[in-house]
Amino acid sequence: MKPGFLAKNPSVLAFLALLALFTLAVTLLSTAYGAEIVSTSMVKTLGKTLCLCLIAIAMDLVWGYTGILSLGHFAFFGLGGYMIGMWLMVARTREIVLASAAGVLPMTLQELSDAIATQIFGVVGSSELPAIWHFAGSLPMQLIFVVLVPGLLAFLFGWLAFRSRVTGVYLSILTQAMTLALSLYLFQNDSGLRGNNGLSGLQNIPGLAADQDHLSVWFLWASAVALGLGYLLASFVTSGKFGSVMRGIRDDEARVRFLGYSVESYKLFVFTLTAVIAAIAGALYYPQAGIINPAEMAPIASIYLAVWVAIGGRGRLYGAVMGAAFVSLVSTWFTGGRAPDLTLGIYTVKWVDWWQVLLGLSFVLVTLFAPKGLSGLVDLLAGLRTPWRGGTPLGPDDGSLREEEAVE
Amino acid sequence: MKALLEVSGISVSFDGFRAINNLSFSIGPAELRAVIGPNGAGKTTFMDIVTGKTRPDEGRVLWGEKSVNLLRMNEAQIARAGIGRKFQRPTVFEDQSVTENLMMALKAARAPWKVLVWRPCPADHARVAALAAQVGLADSLTRKSGELSHGQKQWLEIGMLLAQEPRLLLVDEPAAGMTLAEREQTTALLVDLAKTRAVVVVEHDMDFVRRLNCRVTVLHEGSVLAEGSLDHVTADRQVIEVYLGR
Ligand SMILES: Nc1ncnc2c1ncn2[C@@H]1O[C@H](COP(=O)(O)OP(=O)(O)O)[C@@H](O)[C@H]1O
Ligand SMILES: [Mg+2]
Repeated sequence: MKPGFLAKNPSVLAFLALLALFTLAVTLLSTAYGAEIVSTSMVKTLGKTLCLCLIAIAMDLVWGYTGILSLGHFAFFGLGGYMIGMWLMVARTREIVLASAAGVLPMTLQELSDAIATQIFGVVGSSELPAIWHFAGSLPMQLIFVVLVPGLLAFLFGWLAFRSRVTGVYLSILTQAMTLALSLYLFQNDSGLRGNNGLSGLQNIPGLAADQDHLSVWFLWASAVALGLGYLLASFVTSGKFGSVMRGIRDDEARVRFLGYSVESYKLFVFTLTAVIAAIAGALYYPQAGIINPAEMAPIASIYLAVWVAIGGRGRLYGAVMGAAFVSLVSTWFTGGRAPDLTLGIYTVKWVDWWQVLLGLSFVLVTLFAPKGLSGLVDLLAGLRTPWRGGTPLGPDDGSLREEEAVE
Repeated sequence: MKALLEVSGISVSFDGFRAINNLSFSIGPAELRAVIGPNGAGKTTFMDIVTGKTRPDEGRVLWGEKSVNLLRMNEAQIARAGIGRKFQRPTVFEDQSVTENLMMALKAARAPWKVLVWRPCPADHARVAALAAQVGLADSLTRKSGELSHGQKQWLEIGMLLAQEPRLLLVDEPAAGMTLAEREQTTALLVDLAKTRAVVVVEHDMDFVRRLNCRVTVLHEGSVLAEGSLDHVTADRQVIEVYLGR
């Protein structure tokens, strides 16, 4: 990155400062490091929210900036989670097996790996580690897979879809089909990833003796660092000519082609890059959630992602972050049963059931009346509103002089 | 003189309707050519074929000294080969500033990873400023191009075309929405450009074409009806019948 990048993008600096402040505040209020005001489960919720903000940035890059309404990015998020989950399960199970065998006869390597396999795959009636678990014992390998597997899937999918110039609604449907196929496949017991049981016990980090109070704060830090780096990367990508080309593709991709840019390569680049960002977010999210199963990758999750970004305001990175943080936290509150019921005479609104309706409604309202979403509020605060130029245009186009302007 | 662009025997049909019918056309490396013809004659479709937007059903389109087959290339490759296009309706990126529009068009590497790390150097800024001055947008560099008037958008698009430094410019009805003074400025610019490169101008306005003072190709129902000087084609009986007579 060139020096002076931050100076030219003061909003990045503001975002990073806010993020650091937030992380520091939560740390100081946490059970492990401070005032014990914020519970450990709350720290986990906040850490997970940071990961959701990161995938929202990815969604904003691909949809808000490039105009590709992908309804499949949660598939990459989930895959990232599975890749790290495999290592967490194997390493943790090995610790347990070794501990329970301590004092008894020493185990051979074969016996150890059989015992691990039985422990993990007993639930689906198998006692063998599938081939895809070959490297699951190695953290570096699985970390590479976090990037590689979703990245390759996105690359192949994007290559096929963009090369045949599938765009608009058809592309969205195609990405939905991909997520659906992937989650249905993972639901099968013989998919090699424990079917609908998914992977569990991910909150325990093998080799670390720390308790959940401390672990949750560490993961919060890691998520904050990832979000900060993701934000930096995304603003770097969108700030220069590359960003111009992205927005050009969104607004008029045919015109971009006639300028000599290969639109397909750009779409493929952005799609793959954002899939990798989503995967990294997922790899940080699931150890905090503790469990991952194929339902997490259901098509609806990716649709929610689009709703977050729309509500936050697409085409602005902080808009995506605001949308994801706001909607997911409010949703946790409503669905967690903590929201008080609303009594309307004969009918009582239970928010657990009605929250989705409220969300759907806000989505429609934002789309219709506030296309800038929540990030429009920032404009209001900063006094950036475009002046209202009423009256009839005097020329053929929007930009021409208006009636009352001409009078002056 | 060897032709820069050689189009021979192309035809294209849309749902059975022959928009281009066995059309042949060629232009030299530094030549100005006006293409005229009634509405629906196939002028825009002809440009679509040369720039790769539409595939002809038959015929050949050859480009440059090496006679590269343009039909095997996509729009972006054709643009990079040196063919620039100005559309009938001004198409600029309305959400972006004049500078951003021009920067995007500026001749430079087009591959994603190169564009990603590309940052404008002072020379690029100077070039953009010069181009903006040339098309009368020097004080509008930071304005969103969506705010510009119709005529200014036409000019911005011409500026973007120049920024690409193409060897062949295809200009579709540039004078639409321009004032008389702007039209004169445009003709002067096009005549000047054609000294160093090939320029094809589609235009309806006969006065405009007369000022270009160049060879004229008349299209009708997808093929060439007549070709020659303006006086020659306007004296042609067929041309008078299908076009000028009405
Ligand atoms: N994509 C298309 N699909 C169907 N018909 C088309 C298409 N493009 C052009 N045409 C038809 O081809 C004819 C030539 O159109 P065009 O090249 O735009 O004419 P001009 O630019 O000379 O006015 C018109 O009758 C038009 O309706
Ligand atoms: Mg036309």
